[in-house]
Amino acid sequence: MKSLGNIRRDFAPWNKPDAKPYIQFKDVTKRFGDFTAVNNLSLSIYEREFFALLGASGCGKSTLLRMLAGFEEPTSGQILLDGQDLRGIPPYRRPVNMMFQSYALFPHMSVEQNIAFGLKQDGMPKADIDTRVAEMLKLVKLSQFAKRKPHQLSGGQRQRVALARAVAKRPKVLLLDEPLGALDKKLREETQFELMDLQQTLGLTFVVVTHDQEEAMTMADRIAILDKGEVMQVATPAEVYEAPGSRFVADFVGNINMFEGKVADRDGAGATITSANGVTIRTANAGDAAAGSEVAFAIRPEKIKVSSKKPEGGDNVMEGEIYDIAYLGDMTIFHVQIGNGQVVKASSLNATRATEDPLSWDDKAWISFRNDAGVVLTR
Amino acid sequence: MKHPLSAVTDRLVILIPYFWLLFFFLIPFFIVFKISLSTTAIAMPPYTPVLGLSDGVSGLITQIGEFSFDNYLWLTQDALYFNAYVSSVIIAGISTLLALIVGYPIAYGMARAPATIRPTLLMLVILPFWTSFLIRVYAWIGILKPEGLLNQLLLATGIIDQPLVILNTHTAIFIGIVYSYLPFMILPLYSALEKMDYSLIEAAQDLGCPPMTAFWKVTFPLSLPGVIAGCLLVFIPAVGEFVIPDLLGGSQTLMIGKTLWNEFFANRDWPVSSAVAVILLLLLVVPIMFFQQAQARAQEQGR
Repeated sequence: MKSLGNIRRDFAPWNKPDAKPYIQFKDVTKRFGDFTAVNNLSLSIYEREFFALLGASGCGKSTLLRMLAGFEEPTSGQILLDGQDLRGIPPYRRPVNMMFQSYALFPHMSVEQNIAFGLKQDGMPKADIDTRVAEMLKLVKLSQFAKRKPHQLSGGQRQRVALARAVAKRPKVLLLDEPLGALDKKLREETQFELMDLQQTLGLTFVVVTHDQEEAMTMADRIAILDKGEVMQVATPAEVYEAPGSRFVADFVGNINMFEGKVADRDGAGATITSANGVTIRTANAGDAAAGSEVAFAIRPEKIKVSSKKPEGGDNVMEGEIYDIAYLGDMTIFHVQIGNGQVVKASSLNATRATEDPLSWDDKAWISFRNDAGVVLTR
Repeated sequence: MKHPLSAVTDRLVILIPYFWLLFFFLIPFFIVFKISLSTTAIAMPPYTPVLGLSDGVSGLITQIGEFSFDNYLWLTQDALYFNAYVSSVIIAGISTLLALIVGYPIAYGMARAPATIRPTLLMLVILPFWTSFLIRVYAWIGILKPEGLLNQLLLATGIIDQPLVILNTHTAIFIGIVYSYLPFMILPLYSALEKMDYSLIEAAQDLGCPPMTAFWKVTFPLSLPGVIAGCLLVFIPAVGEFVIPDLLGGSQTLMIGKTLWNEFFANRDWPVSSAVAVILLLLLVVPIMFFQQAQARAQEQGR
């Protein structure tokens, strides 16, 4: 069962100091010629975890997956699976299976032959293969398509065959390379939940590579955000979103407003920040940002309230003008230009049909947010 | 909206290949077929009847009445023709197999080469065509003859102490055919292998196949269309090949192309040589057409 932010409350081995990582990247570097795809990276993934590697293209996430599968060897460093060093073990002897981005279904074989392929290779008795294939077909709801060839299936069905083929051998780890990349939006959303269910049912460790943050947020227990071959942050989706560790992560995941500035004063856990363009922000939590240091104050649009009248009290209130409005149906995004010229994004949920506070282009407006709504980023 | 004229031009474009077939295959074929039904004569052209309207329509009908299948009967009565057909098919078959064995690794290597050097490699495969076919086959005489380059090299390096007899044997014909037709084997194989998604091989390995097993279970079956096309492109011209057996195979090699040439030029027996040609065509074209239809049906049912 998943709760808010996808954290299974009872599942957080990364917080237990004595938990043993299942997959471990230790100081792994991978170079292709003079291009460094992965740079001195260390990462731990736990058993039964749904782990996402998130990043823009060229960040090294696929290289990490291919090194786990055995298609690439690290230039230096170590990869351990269940305590065993994987160096020198060819892909066909590794207890991991991969679901390819292109699905890589064998076009000359039927759906059941595709699923049985790996089992036959292992020399499983014929009767057992048949049982397992039938079981897999049922799992991905494709029993009536067993005899079809891949080109006779829709994109979604092919994706399920690829999935069934990859899990048929009951690998220790299932690697998924952009598993939903080729599906349309609706199907993608449905399939996300199916993948999560499947992972729970089979009790496997999933490592998924994706460039789609929504996908990673929905499915994963933890997300590693990668940039230029390095890990920027490893955390649960909620932590990544609410407490990004750096400007890069804050900017990469979701929408955010950034105020670059200096810590003017610290009082206990909180601080006063003066932004470079003259805005003063009070925040209740400034972490370890020292007084006088250069920081960024970051706040998500949904944590900013927009109103036509000046709100009473409030921790941070700024006057501005509506610069742009985007109506998205479920919510409206306001772009408000505040006194110093900076445009702040604020989103408000359209909970009722008629807006109580009709705001229009060029209207004078007030934005406000609480002092615990944002984060202070030192990196 | 589509211009009505464009529909007409569309049709015309489709008709061009049919016209090609009609003018350069069907009409010549019927001329040859007609000659094969005639009798040889000391005349110009050297057969009768020569169809014409000089005696009116009734004359033409009498002329048509003179056609007979005697030449085809003749082919069955002399074992020479049967033996020549069989020997041609066997020589062409072995040569095709050898060309496949030599050509597949080359095509595979080309398809896996970095994309930047592939055009150069393709160029190198086609390059021999820039020299006359005849000259290239002649060059092989210089290489293969007892005192030729190959024997000199082997003798000089001490691998052999007696010159090998290669020229004027079947081995020389195999070498000649494999050499001459190798590009026709490599090109379709290359195109089949080049468009294959490499992730399929990775998937096979990921599912437990060592590289060799992955090759036989995935790469080879998927390259079959290329294998078939390449084999047909080598086998068909090799069966009727005349120059290579004549130059490299010596006098005792029996191949249908040579037999045909002898009938035509040495015996000046156009009708019999036409019959030989018609039978050769039927022997090759009919099975290949059936085979291709079966292939197409298999593809329809799902690749």
